[in-house]
Amino acid sequence: MHNPQLNKDGELTHLLSIEGLPQRILTQILDTAASFMEVSARDVKKVPLLRGKSVFNLFFENSTRTRTTFEIAAKRLSADVINLDINKSSTAKGETLLDTIDNLVAMHANLFVVRHASSGAPYLIAEHLQRIGRDDVHVVNAGDGRHAHPTQGLLDMYTIRHYKKDFTQLRVAIVGDILHSRVARSDIHALTTLGVPEVRAIGPETLLPKHLDKLGVHVFHDMNEGLKDVDVVIMLRLQNERMTGALLPSAGEYFRHYGLTPQKLALAKPDAIVMHPGPMNRGIEIHSAVADGPQAVILPQVTFGIAVRMAVMSIVAGN
Amino acid sequence: MNIEIKNGRVIDPKNGVDRKATLYIVDGKIAGLGDAPAGFSADKTVDAAGCVVCPGLIDLGARLNSIEAELAAAVAGGVTSVVVPPDADPPLDEPELADRLVHRGAEIGKARVLPLGALTLGLQGERLAELAGLKKAGCVAFSQANRTVVDTEALLRAMEYAATFGFAIWLQPQDHWLSRNGIAHEGEVSSRLGLAGIPVAAETIAVGTIVQLVRDTGCRVHLTRLSSAAGVALIQRAQHEGLPVTFDIGVHHLLLTENDIGYFNPHARFSPPLRAQGDRQALSTAAAAGLAPICSDHTPVGADDKLLPFGEAKPGATGLEVLLPLTLKWAEEAKVTLPDALARITSAPAKVLGLASGELGVGAVADICIFDPEATWQLTPEALKSRGKNSPWIGYMLTGKVKSTLVGGRVVFEA
Repeated sequence: MHNPQLNKDGELTHLLSIEGLPQRILTQILDTAASFMEVSARDVKKVPLLRGKSVFNLFFENSTRTRTTFEIAAKRLSADVINLDINKSSTAKGETLLDTIDNLVAMHANLFVVRHASSGAPYLIAEHLQRIGRDDVHVVNAGDGRHAHPTQGLLDMYTIRHYKKDFTQLRVAIVGDILHSRVARSDIHALTTLGVPEVRAIGPETLLPKHLDKLGVHVFHDMNEGLKDVDVVIMLRLQNERMTGALLPSAGEYFRHYGLTPQKLALAKPDAIVMHPGPMNRGIEIHSAVADGPQAVILPQVTFGIAVRMAVMSIVAGN
Repeated sequence: MNIEIKNGRVIDPKNGVDRKATLYIVDGKIAGLGDAPAGFSADKTVDAAGCVVCPGLIDLGARLNSIEAELAAAVAGGVTSVVVPPDADPPLDEPELADRLVHRGAEIGKARVLPLGALTLGLQGERLAELAGLKKAGCVAFSQANRTVVDTEALLRAMEYAATFGFAIWLQPQDHWLSRNGIAHEGEVSSRLGLAGIPVAAETIAVGTIVQLVRDTGCRVHLTRLSSAAGVALIQRAQHEGLPVTFDIGVHHLLLTENDIGYFNPHARFSPPLRAQGDRQALSTAAAAGLAPICSDHTPVGADDKLLPFGEAKPGATGLEVLLPLTLKWAEEAKVTLPDALARITSAPAKVLGLASGELGVGAVADICIFDPEATWQLTPEALKSRGKNSPWIGYMLTGKVKSTLVGGRVVFEA
């Protein structure tokens, strides 16, 4: 099957998912991001790599943080940034996703940053661009349904590499609502591609997808067992709506079993780092003492996120 | 009119016929095979050299959104009778609607139209439709199409009522609660792609419920579009018990699995969903053993309704014109003989319907499909007469091409 993310030379032309990307491309993105870290520290935080290019932030689903970091990243690359919040009402008017894309391509868009509630929506856009012969227009997935959030996955990898240096000796635990999490899926693919020998998923059966083992993940239902001797803990956000159905009885019971407290964190290695894609639900998936504690690297993740998104946009637009 | 079809390989699975012979038709009926009936002189001769001559295909499930185009598609695919599910707009829940559909079909004069009446008003699963009235208007059985009767009491009453009159009910076994949010088989692929899953239990729970109600009511039930190994196993058990339960399989489910979703291909979205390799294998084994007929589940969908993210795209594929070549493709893969494969789309569906057609015995109606079993053709949108150009096989080379189709002794299609 043709991988729609790669051009005929095997280079990254869209970033749709971590799955299917070779290790060399992930490493290339992380290395490029490292070189951009220095730009953000300058007085004049700009490089001219995307000068004259138009980046459209196309958010079919609300997001402040991800959209803002993409906007900052694009501006530091000297691109023109146009933010479009396309809520449900405009699609209810009858314009399809691809109609919207055609219109924006006619406005000379060079790169789309897309967030959409449906898994696979960025693939549809990328395939459409190929069909209409616009391989000069690129797509970066900023989160599609439950499927993927590849820039988050990459910034998580950047963070892990920053603190732990070598992926090949690590034990990483992902905790919480993996079933509905695009971040978890991207992290799992990135970790296994980069050679992490042991990836663990911790959560109740209601929040774990079936056949996780096929993705190379070890499943734990008991957090005390799952956190034992891990180097990295990735906490996931628990959406409020998960508490209203039959998935979980209550926030309190969830926190007692799967909330990260200092006591539970003590089971991990002493130098373990704690990550979270944000926004955090304090007291639901994470105790404030951990979120604000010395092992948390949650704010550095945000900073690295800008450099990683600069790297992704400059690489796809350059190919 | 007297017609002779010469030089063809006549395959009549019902009567165990497979030989090169001339088929004679008089007044719309089969009048002889090999030996001309007394005093026969042909008004028309069809040369079927290199072709198979078999009963016209009977398709147990085809939606006719634009009836003229779809009935033309049917005969272009060698299909001479189509069972139409009631989920049209409006649903087929009143005798006048069924009456109109039957008359419109006859007026067009291509494939025979066999409507399924709605079991409940508006297919809402609550109040019974006028079953006897619908039957009188030409409905062959009653169905909810692929919607569920959520209220088990309503289902029980419907089956009791249908049993009273000896009517059959067709149901697609799918538990409402376990399937309502899902868009793909709950398995490896749905986990990987982040698609909400429909577990196999959605099918087995519904089969279990229906079988129990059959046991209690004696209602004859035909289960449509089975998708899982476990579902088929449950039905087989009910059949061994002697319960009046039959089932069919959509041809796409014999050939495709969840893996064919690939990178969110909306053409691989079906209801019920394509399931795992083991499920496909079990369906194939059941079809090969002659336990179930194969149908197209023809669902024409507009291009715009497929150019959407996977979960928003409408499920289903065009089927009437690919039923024959896809059945042949399956037969080759499953090592099923040509006569056995043709039985699954002719005599087997006729048996489910209790029809006398689906065979070429003397006296049978002359519904006939003549096809070249070796001819290959590329499936393109332009090659399809159906308005539905939606198919996971677009671009593929298919083998088996219909040359001519007769309904009641009239040539209704010629390539």
